[in-house]
Amino acid sequence: MLSDNRIKAPVQDGVVNQLVQASKVQDWDPSAMLDNLSFLEQKIHQLQDLVHLIIGRKGQVLGRPDELVVQQQQLVTADLTSIIVQLISTAGSLLPSGKHTLPAATPSLEQSGQFGGVVFPSAQGPLNDGFQPQNAGGSKVSGLPNSVDISRKNGNEQNHIIEEHELKDEEDVEEGESLIPGTYEILQLEKEEILAPHTHFCTICGKGFKRDANLRMHMRGHGDEYKTPGALAKPNKESGSEPTIIKRYSCPYTGCKRNKDHKKFQPLKTILCVKNHYKRTHCDKSYICSRCNTKKFSVIADLKTHEKHCGKDKWLCSCGTTFSRKDKLFGHIALFQGHTPAIPLEEAKAPAGPSDQGDGNQSTNKVGSMNFNFSSNVSSESEVQSSTDIKGSIDDPAGYFSPLSFDTCNFGGFHEFPRPPFDDSESSLAFLLSGSCNYPQKSED
Amino acid sequence: MKKQKQDNPFNLLPEEIIFIILDLLNRNSLAIKSFSLVCKSFYAVESKHRCSLKPLRQERFPALLSRYPNITHLDLTLCSRVSDASLSLVSHSCASSLRSIDFSRTRLFSTYGLLGLALNCKNIVEIDLSNATELKDSAMAAVAEAKNLEKLSLARCKSITDMGVGCVAVGCRKLRFICLKWCFGVGDLGIGLLAVKCKHLCFLNLSYLPITNKCLSSISKLQHLEELVLEGCFGIEDDSLAVLKHGCNSLKSLDVSTCQNISHNGLPSLINGALGLRQLTLAHGSPVTSSLADCLRKHSMLQSVKLDGCLVTDDGLKTIGNWCASLRELSLSKCSGVTDEGLSSVVTKHRDLRKLDITCCRKITDASIASITNSCKSLTSLRVESCTLVTREAFVLIGQRCHLLEELDLTDNEVDDKGLNYISRCSELSSLKLGICLNITDEGLIHIGKGCSKLVELDLYRSEEITDSAILAIAQGCPGLEMINIAYCKYITDRSLLSLSKCPQLKMLESRGCSLITSLGLKAVAVGCKELTKLDIKKCHNIDDAGMLPLARFSQNLRQINLSHSSVTDIGLLSLASISCLQNMTILHLKGLTPAGLAAVLLACGGLTKVKLQATFRWLLPLRLVQYLESRGCMFQWKDKVLQEKLDPKSWKLQLEDLMA
Repeated sequence: MLSDNRIKAPVQDGVVNQLVQASKVQDWDPSAMLDNLSFLEQKIHQLQDLVHLIIGRKGQVLGRPDELVVQQQQLVTADLTSIIVQLISTAGSLLPSGKHTLPAATPSLEQSGQFGGVVFPSAQGPLNDGFQPQNAGGSKVSGLPNSVDISRKNGNEQNHIIEEHELKDEEDVEEGESLIPGTYEILQLEKEEILAPHTHFCTICGKGFKRDANLRMHMRGHGDEYKTPGALAKPNKESGSEPTIIKRYSCPYTGCKRNKDHKKFQPLKTILCVKNHYKRTHCDKSYICSRCNTKKFSVIADLKTHEKHCGKDKWLCSCGTTFSRKDKLFGHIALFQGHTPAIPLEEAKAPAGPSDQGDGNQSTNKVGSMNFNFSSNVSSESEVQSSTDIKGSIDDPAGYFSPLSFDTCNFGGFHEFPRPPFDDSESSLAFLLSGSCNYPQKSED
Repeated sequence: MKKQKQDNPFNLLPEEIIFIILDLLNRNSLAIKSFSLVCKSFYAVESKHRCSLKPLRQERFPALLSRYPNITHLDLTLCSRVSDASLSLVSHSCASSLRSIDFSRTRLFSTYGLLGLALNCKNIVEIDLSNATELKDSAMAAVAEAKNLEKLSLARCKSITDMGVGCVAVGCRKLRFICLKWCFGVGDLGIGLLAVKCKHLCFLNLSYLPITNKCLSSISKLQHLEELVLEGCFGIEDDSLAVLKHGCNSLKSLDVSTCQNISHNGLPSLINGALGLRQLTLAHGSPVTSSLADCLRKHSMLQSVKLDGCLVTDDGLKTIGNWCASLRELSLSKCSGVTDEGLSSVVTKHRDLRKLDITCCRKITDASIASITNSCKSLTSLRVESCTLVTREAFVLIGQRCHLLEELDLTDNEVDDKGLNYISRCSELSSLKLGICLNITDEGLIHIGKGCSKLVELDLYRSEEITDSAILAIAQGCPGLEMINIAYCKYITDRSLLSLSKCPQLKMLESRGCSLITSLGLKAVAVGCKELTKLDIKKCHNIDDAGMLPLARFSQNLRQINLSHSSVTDIGLLSLASISCLQNMTILHLKGLTPAGLAAVLLACGGLTKVKLQATFRWLLPLRLVQYLESRGCMFQWKDKVLQEKLDPKSWKLQLEDLMA
């Protein structure tokens, strides 16, 4: 994990350099720019120092109790995080505002913004908590150095998710809405505002509400003066006669497509859209599906929608991916070499036995070779492939996918059926095994 | 010892030469058997040479497989049950030699046995799993392990779904031939994937599958597809067939029979690109009008068209006459609407016709026969069953003009002795059907016996005037006779059977209702015709146990027997147990049959797979016994038909016509 940060730092550096070059082309206030740049320089030095410190410590750590080491690591990581966040935000401020177009710089900014989101999904305190479980998972399943594995996993995952939710949000926006910039008012809520559970507060007792209407209903309890039709009526209804300015919302996250400074800015339609967008795209996914324990969501409604269908994904591929629809599975299989439909467990159970042992073995081999195929595809730019790279780049699907799907991709999972269920198969078992010696002997006991 | 070796000239021959000799002997199983029994070295050579095996029972697998090490083709159709253990034995002993295996009439084996086979027999290219109705998708996953598989038949595997076919599609990339007829669980997705993954497919049978147009576009992209069978695919409709602009270019044979939703609007989309189309079957489909026939005008390679059961218009037939192709085969069986005029316009244009089927074209008359025989002189097969308006004079023309005929079906026609006299000029005739031809007598058949020495199959069902002298002439003139039907020829006696016993190739004898024949005649047949596999002596009241004993002793190839209404009793039946091949037995209305005797018979005949019995025995036999026999692979059919009065052929025919009217 620590070495990962070291890797990342030069990357950021490169991005900054790019930015500098790009921004020089435009005519901005050079002094402000210089200030920012020198700030960046300073921060990068700090970063380097920190990393040096870490390297120095690594040697000493060996003899110490584990708890202490972990605590120190957490502290260092927190420092690192804050510096990098500062770096990113400053780098972001180097950019031109939404009205200017900067074709060379914006894509790289977008990238950097995503990087920020990738490496540190939450910049605040709970960062370590967010990291720790994944770290544990990573070290358990993969033989590779943790740092590399995690960064790759997180990076890909995050990228994928951003895409996914971007699509979802686009659905929120009315189709074909193309407001001319300037014809509508852009509002930008702050992060705290967006994440606040309540937005309407009682001025008397301080209780918070999600909706204004609920607040007004609540106010009735504070006295008769709040019970008048005027007080209960919708506040902005009186101004209904005059034409209201259309309101659209911007995401406070710099570099986001929904941020007003983005080149291809797409405004969000309502506050609800802003909230969902911000949570889905820029926040931790703290809601974990209780059924599969795999899928995570940041919006509770998404979790509920998923839980409705979770476990109904009965269409399985040998690679462990599940599909809720048969045609999706077949599309997936048609696309990828070596993937094959996985027959559900119940059916495979009947003729279980050594056959499954052989097959289970083979299919695990298959998974391995599939991964190999995939990693060679990584460079490809097509969207579909890059989204599947996630699966491909995971070193061990057993760790990544739910235990359920792993069993099924093993075609019966040979640990479960060490013996055929019927009697007369003893002799044939012997034949089968002696005939094909490629089974490992341990699977026979 | 040394001297012996020198004496034997076979010891000087290289093995290859002996193998060639054995290849030539292969047609006769008895000859091969005798060869291997000559001496030890012959036995060894024969064991080494044999590459195909058709075992009777799985109990014999160990001995057979150790005797024959080079088996490449294993036909298990005679083993009604093959367990996974036996299958493992097979896959272990013929590990690399086995290339093809046929399970089409076999049960009991499961996924587990199949997987062993697929993993051990790396060189297996052909598996026939037809009728394996219990096999599920997991079995298909096992089959998919046979990576070199090229040919797979899954007809009537009703329990498999898209998932199973998907496994096969991914696993067996070399697949060239697949039959999925009646696999009702397989739909567009499975077929689409198959077409995407198995690029080398050249034969695809999708009959009666619930597929729609969706999978056709991927099928049409198969570069090597030559034969496509879409019989009874009701989901395929004209409307969206237009998507397939170029069709399958490589297609040579297309069967869209019983696809009622494909008409002249959609057909062009399917066949437009396929200018190499040779064979087209449109049976039981939409009416054949001129617009439908017009779709095929430019297909110059077209050789065979089957329109059985369609409504055919005169205009349609005329348009067929204008095609630029020259047809070799045309089938208009049971087509309503075929008239003299239409048929004549077709045959006068397609003079190269080799095969013509006009079964049940009831409107045609002598004029059609005249134009057919006039134009198509090179006909080898002509089926004119039940063309009732054709008079006896017309059949003379057939004999006069079509000398190359090999197959002639004149069932239920007015043909008479004069006609047969002319037909006897067709010296190449191998199959002649004269069932329900009430005008023919011995005289005509004696001509046939003299002229048609190559006759293999003769059907004289209900041609009541026939007597022993006709059969004598046939038996003497046609030594290669394999099948004869003399059912309900009431004048036939033992003398006929005695003369038939001189036909050593006879495999099938049906003599239902020949009440004059006795056990004596049957004994002669049993002794003379060693190849007899199917015997039907229903309603031969004079045949009793005395006939069964020689049958049991000599007819070791007998597989199927019908003894209903004969005088055979328990004892005769029990003796049949010595025929190890016997699989199929129909024993209805046997007066001498007792429940205890029947039980003994059923237990003794170990190879039985199908038994037709009177329903009354169902309750007289112990339930345990029936269950045991069923578990051994024997199926029971319980019949409770009451005895029918004997009919003479004329009144029988009248009754039939009443039924049809």
